[in-house]
Amino acid sequence: MHIIENGNVAAALGVKLAGAQVIAAYPITPQTPLTEKLSEFIEAGEMKAQYVPVESEHSALAACIAASSAGARAFTATSANGLLYMHEQIHWAAGARLPIVMCVVNRAVGAPWCIWNDHQDSISQRDTGWIQMYACDHQQIIDGVLKAFAIAEATSIPVMLCYDGYLLSHTYMPFEVPEEESVARFLMPFKPSYALDPADPANLNTVTLPDVRMDVTGEMAHGYMEIRYLLQEDLRGALAFAQQTEDRFKEVFGRGGDALLEPYRCDDAEYVVVGLGSLTYQLRDVVEILRGEGIKIGVLGVRLYRPFPDEAVTEALKNALGVIVIEKAVSYGYEGALVSDLKSALYEHLKDKSRAPYVRGMIAGIGGRDIRTAELATTLRAAIAGAPVELPNWIGIKL
Amino acid sequence: MGTRGYRYKTSHSQSGPGDGGRTGSWRVQRPVLNTELCTPAKRGAEACFICWLYCPDCVISRTIPPVIDYEYCKGCAICAEECPTKAITMVDEADHQADDDPQACSPEGPRPCT
Repeated sequence: MHIIENGNVAAALGVKLAGAQVIAAYPITPQTPLTEKLSEFIEAGEMKAQYVPVESEHSALAACIAASSAGARAFTATSANGLLYMHEQIHWAAGARLPIVMCVVNRAVGAPWCIWNDHQDSISQRDTGWIQMYACDHQQIIDGVLKAFAIAEATSIPVMLCYDGYLLSHTYMPFEVPEEESVARFLMPFKPSYALDPADPANLNTVTLPDVRMDVTGEMAHGYMEIRYLLQEDLRGALAFAQQTEDRFKEVFGRGGDALLEPYRCDDAEYVVVGLGSLTYQLRDVVEILRGEGIKIGVLGVRLYRPFPDEAVTEALKNALGVIVIEKAVSYGYEGALVSDLKSALYEHLKDKSRAPYVRGMIAGIGGRDIRTAELATTLRAAIAGAPVELPNWIGIKL
Repeated sequence: MGTRGYRYKTSHSQSGPGDGGRTGSWRVQRPVLNTELCTPAKRGAEACFICWLYCPDCVISRTIPPVIDYEYCKGCAICAEECPTKAITMVDEADHQADDDPQACSPEGPRPCT
């Protein structure tokens, strides 16, 4: 069924279709309408789930961790400072290998207070061991929630599905709501890898020692380092698994294709602009303008940011002369995190280093500053012409 | 590193002695029970057992007399603090006779001296 709704409703419908059993969340702009919609579904009896109205985001994720440990499909959502308030539990959920799904409705982080969109909140959580997906439109939000649960539960790694506050969360666009029967074919009922059982009591996530040790059954138990190594190993393996999940999704629903990257007019592109989220769809308009001027340019959207698709990115950019990365977040004191990751991938995987494209990082849309298509076109023309630009170049800064 | 099942990807522990290792070696002082002052020992009846109740590591048995498992007793001294008849005293581990210390090495014991 096609409907016209906002991005938060798309996310809520996805969570309802996925059959989440426990939802614990604390309202924060611009995530609030998502959790309000979920509580409406539950109150109206349309969704059989427990809604836990917690007193903070830290408790929201703690409740999801408990629910997931008990074998329930758990969901939460937040934005900006709420996400940061969860930070300790975000690490915990990954280390405990719990397949929780969280929507991050991207918003700028205070101080100063700012409710508008950028990516500083979720980018600052990139090293927590969660899988991070970025959606570009409402279809990718609703489909992304279903894929997120499938990937999380198969890998025992929690997933953040990130989408732009206001630009997606509060705008209306048409999208297809998956049929329940199809969802049932795609997303199996949740079978937890481990669930708390009163008949077989156990401590979870107990203190580990620097070295391996003999456990109570006389078996060698991993130390902290082994447990963390396995998280890293499984995250790297999740690159291939995300693609398999995408392929399976396409078989059932006929949509999607590439779980890692979303290239647009990149095949013959001499210049490629790289970004995350809805900005990459706006950049398609810029590509059309510049293509009209004879500039061979394309845009590459990174759909899966963690684990980072380093080999796929290198493959996609290996023939480009220039790469311009436009980001809505800064690793303060250096540059955008995505451009650093991308340069690292090229350095690692590019066989002929002498043919490496030049890579330029730019910052845009911090705190919801308007990103104007004409301004993007002007900036890209200058970048392609090799105009000297102070790094990091902040597009639209008024200083 | 051959073990990659879910059970190995997190830290789990079942209830039972020794899942955190033989913690008796952490002890600086050991609790020693004087059966002449201990209520269940004196009466020969199930009584008191406050030491059994308070021990955070469950290393004191609910028996007559109570027995302290020195393999796992960390020497926290809560039992000595709580005992209403002062039947438990804390003794420096270094001063204690090695021959009745299960943590100590012995030529014929399970931990030969090296």
